Amino acid sequence: MNREFVFVPARFSAQAMPLNPGHHSVLHPAASQAGNIEWLYWVIFWILFAVFVLMVAAFARAGAKSRVLDDAPLPIIEDDDGDRRAGWAVGSALAITVLTLFVVLVLSVITGKRVEGLTSKNPITIQITGHQWWWEISYPNSQADQTVTTANEIHVPVGTPVVVFTNSADVIHSFWAPSITGKRDLLPGYSSAFSFQVDREGTYRGQCAEFCGLQHAHMGFSIIAEPVDKFQSWRQQQLKPAIEPAASESSRGREVFLTHACVMCHTIRGTDAGSRVGPDLTHIASRNMIAAETLPNTAGALAGWVVDPQRIKPGTQMSPNPLAPDELQALVVYLQSLQ
Amino acid sequence: MAVAEPIVANDQDAGQSGLARRLAHTWRQPKGFLGWFCNTHHTDIGIRFMVTAFIFLLLGGVLAAMIRLQLIRPENSLMGPDLYNQVFTMHGSTMIFLFAVPMMFQGFGVYIVPLMCGARNIAFPRLNAFSYYLYVGGALVLWGGFLTNTGPDVGWFAYVPLSGPAYSPGHRADIWSQMITFTEVSALGVAICIATTILRHRAPGMTLNRMPILLWEKLVISIAVIFAMPAVMIASGLLLLDRLVGTHFFNPAEGGDVLLYQHLFWFFGHPEVYIIFLPGAAIISTLVECFSRRRIFGYTPIVVSVVATGFIGFSVWVHHMFATGLPQLSESFFTAASLMIVIPTGTQFFCWVATIWYGRLQLRLPMLWCFGFFFVFLIGGLSGVMLASVPVDLQVHDTYFVVAHFHYVLIGGALFPMFAGIYFWFPKMTGRMASAKLGAWHFWLFFFGFNITFFTLHFLGLRGMPRRIYTYGPDMHWQGLNILASTGVIFMTAGLLVFLANVYRSMHTGEIAGNNPWEDAGLEWSVSSPPPPYNFLHVPTVSGRDPLWEDPPDQPVVVGLRDDIRETLVTHSLDADPQHKDEDPGPSIWPFLAAVTVSAAFVGSIFTAWAIPIGAPPVIATLIGWLWPRGQSPTPLPNEVPWIH
Amino acid sequence: MDSLIEPIRRPRALDVSGLPSVAFGHRNTTWLANVFYMAIEGMMFALMFATYFYLRTRSTNWPPGHLPPAFTFGAVNAVVLVLSIVPAWWIRKRAPDANRRAVRNGLLILSFFALAATALRVFEFTALNCRWTDDAYSSTVWVLIGMHSGHLATELVETLVLLAISFTSKMEGTRLADAAINSDYWYFVVVTGLIVDSLIYGTTRFL
Repeated sequence: MNREFVFVPARFSAQAMPLNPGHHSVLHPAASQAGNIEWLYWVIFWILFAVFVLMVAAFARAGAKSRVLDDAPLPIIEDDDGDRRAGWAVGSALAITVLTLFVVLVLSVITGKRVEGLTSKNPITIQITGHQWWWEISYPNSQADQTVTTANEIHVPVGTPVVVFTNSADVIHSFWAPSITGKRDLLPGYSSAFSFQVDREGTYRGQCAEFCGLQHAHMGFSIIAEPVDKFQSWRQQQLKPAIEPAASESSRGREVFLTHACVMCHTIRGTDAGSRVGPDLTHIASRNMIAAETLPNTAGALAGWVVDPQRIKPGTQMSPNPLAPDELQALVVYLQSLQ
Repeated sequence: MAVAEPIVANDQDAGQSGLARRLAHTWRQPKGFLGWFCNTHHTDIGIRFMVTAFIFLLLGGVLAAMIRLQLIRPENSLMGPDLYNQVFTMHGSTMIFLFAVPMMFQGFGVYIVPLMCGARNIAFPRLNAFSYYLYVGGALVLWGGFLTNTGPDVGWFAYVPLSGPAYSPGHRADIWSQMITFTEVSALGVAICIATTILRHRAPGMTLNRMPILLWEKLVISIAVIFAMPAVMIASGLLLLDRLVGTHFFNPAEGGDVLLYQHLFWFFGHPEVYIIFLPGAAIISTLVECFSRRRIFGYTPIVVSVVATGFIGFSVWVHHMFATGLPQLSESFFTAASLMIVIPTGTQFFCWVATIWYGRLQLRLPMLWCFGFFFVFLIGGLSGVMLASVPVDLQVHDTYFVVAHFHYVLIGGALFPMFAGIYFWFPKMTGRMASAKLGAWHFWLFFFGFNITFFTLHFLGLRGMPRRIYTYGPDMHWQGLNILASTGVIFMTAGLLVFLANVYRSMHTGEIAGNNPWEDAGLEWSVSSPPPPYNFLHVPTVSGRDPLWEDPPDQPVVVGLRDDIRETLVTHSLDADPQHKDEDPGPSIWPFLAAVTVSAAFVGSIFTAWAIPIGAPPVIATLIGWLWPRGQSPTPLPNEVPWIH
Repeated sequence: MDSLIEPIRRPRALDVSGLPSVAFGHRNTTWLANVFYMAIEGMMFALMFATYFYLRTRSTNWPPGHLPPAFTFGAVNAVVLVLSIVPAWWIRKRAPDANRRAVRNGLLILSFFALAATALRVFEFTALNCRWTDDAYSSTVWVLIGMHSGHLATELVETLVLLAISFTSKMEGTRLADAAINSDYWYFVVVTGLIVDSLIYGTTRFL
């Protein structure tokens, strides 16, 4: 089948869909996986649309001969000739149905193979672990000090295959970035792998798609696809330990961090904070969003989050931190310095 | 003895004869407050099932409206996540377990099946009554929990480990599990009653080959219930054990497995879809035949399709689990199986079109709802074909696209046929016709509102909106479509209000219906409306698939059943030859008492495992009271009288 | 039955007054209900067996870190269950003859077997070499044997109730048919019991 032939009207109708911004949509693929699925979606859609039109026409034609709404019941008709003709009609309709289903099956299997198979060598490997309610992202390396650990933001080089290994620390989550590829469940007790390759630069949003408790709604992530050199410099930056505070205020902020509840759950490499319960904050200032894509990474949002996360994400594992205003100020300055 | 009476047809005039008076006396049901709990007649229990299920449809609808209101704008503060999670869990559980199955399978089945078979009552009427009380018990537990802020909040599917002891402390998930036990025991009880009635109480002459399609479907559904419901009882039972006594079935740290639960749940969950849809299809087949004024085209293909649907329904459960990352071979198998379901469903659709096409369609009110079903279910079925394709499913699974799909399937496959069926059998149940004018208003309001709401949800799904989120950010640009979807609720609500007004008005002032206002072929139309407590003055015999259309005027009736005890006729499962006579056990308070003790044990086991050993003796006592032989027991006669020609 | 197509002329009444009021074996309606009931219970057992084997695939050792259940009591119980088929078969055979004495004696013997099996089952629980809270394997073993014990207890109560009825004058007609159906159900309990035994005591040792 000519791919473009199907693709062009498909694209057109995607644009025509109401209110389509395109950064979080099945119909705006940025990776070959989502692209193949989108193609399949539209092929099946048009086939089924034709079926729909035919069926509606058949019912309309059959019903058009109807008698008035409130008539006395008519006598029963005996119609052997009709039975014979109906037999032919139903038989051929069934044959067409079977054929259509077969086409759908074959297309699905072929597309399924295309989506799963990545031929290119040297993929980068990412380990994604689901937590209630955030994503732990790491780029494993045989050398421990070469392993990058971050949260909720996945940087990938454009045009390079990415193999994702999934796992869950608690309940079932599902990793889904509509513009990149289909879902994959993160199951506790199971490790599974899938792969994708982003073809266009950009930031693509994703979200947990398996109900995982109170804050299922606030369990977003983003995939940031950038050129290889930019990705490499990001990676080098992430490998470094946290910078030493330059100013006295951020130094005091680090003091606040290490002497309050923060240290119980979070890691900042290069300091004494090494707990793995919550996200790694070594380079938190390099991230665009906080709290799993819930808030922008600004001073105000950060302060609000630290003081009362339960107001923003009721039920989240992080407890409120009633800090004095100057302590909070210092802490936020420190966190914002962690590039 | 009845033989001495003149043999007359099963019509209203007969109500005055001596035989009718004696039968009415023998088959009477107790009156009064206490009598209500002793009633075991299938028409009464069937209507109770329907009314109760309809109440839960309305309650589930209120929850749906709350969901639509919450999502009407981003970061809405109407509900927090705790309440919202309870609301959508309650909505799903109520609609599936307290409305769809009790209404479509139990309600219609219990009311219609014995009448269509030509039986005086359902088989095992006490088990039938018991099933009703147990269903009410389950409903009260679920809603009692919700109203005291312990409504389940883990989704209607209650996936582990989220619903397990580690992540759902408290009793919310326990209430869900026990509600499952209640409602499934109820459905299983009714399945036994209905299957036995169909196999053993059909009128002489109603061979399998002459059985109305509706009875075929009820038989297939009963058997599907018998094989599907145990799976969910095992799933929820093991979940309860994990939560209550510390077993580790679903705990990966101790060798348990989280996918095991999903397999068990969906092994039930997918046949459940057909348990809900097939009763709808049964109603459609009946109505299409009646209003096309011709025998249904393709009796045999339809029956084969129904049986095939029942079978294939058990081999597609994994298509709910594509996203768990299965090997590709099993993905392909389950895709193929899921697509295969289209063939029997398509067959039925084609046969319906053909019947209408080659018949003389009268578009009366119930038929209007059938056309609504055709349109809505067609869309749902076609989007189902998309979902059977694994790659597409991986994109739209657990999004609002799927929400749209299954509302098209379930509202299309259950609610539209339900209203068709209610309007169709309303004259039989109440003796009066429902207003066609109000019914048409009801239809158009509901049809319009439904499509506004649920067609819109397809777009939201493609735009990446996942299910079960209590809020979303303004940057997602989902608000416009959500507002549009929510406006449909207004029309659907208006439609339902018109329906309630119609029922209220028509029950009191509707036109008197007579025995057979639609001139349909089923045996239920040969008795007065509403039917007397003994259903048939004389148990009928039939000589064709459409008894009232085809039977010659001298069609014989059965005589020789005693009228001083509740004697029923048992016929052969296959060829419906009379075999022997049985005695209906009659009204009793024991099924209600047994339901109370069983409920107490079930509810107690939410709190402690000791409720089972402590609760067992009262349960056993009430069951003995129920089954202990009393009264007159007929003496067996050795000689067997063959079919009289 | 005559041809389905050609209607046969019949008299206007089908007199059934001479038909018997009780049926034995597969013609009995309760027999059919009992078949459905066994289908439901059988399905539950089948799903538990499937669960057992499913969980087994998720574990490298089976049983994981336990000794297999000690089989002495289980083996004796299996013999008791197999032998109990004899009185059950006897009841089933004698009930249609309306031989009340034979049925009563059969019920009496069956009750002893049921009591013995239930008593032995209590000892089986002490010899499982695990507790249900240990791990998924132990949970499965306990639920399998617990589920079957529930059936055993139900059947014990049912047999005792029928025995009680058999000493009254009500043991006739339908009740005799019920006693025969009770035997069918006893067969079911025996068969599921043997399968459970083979899973708990057999597959943990030999597979």
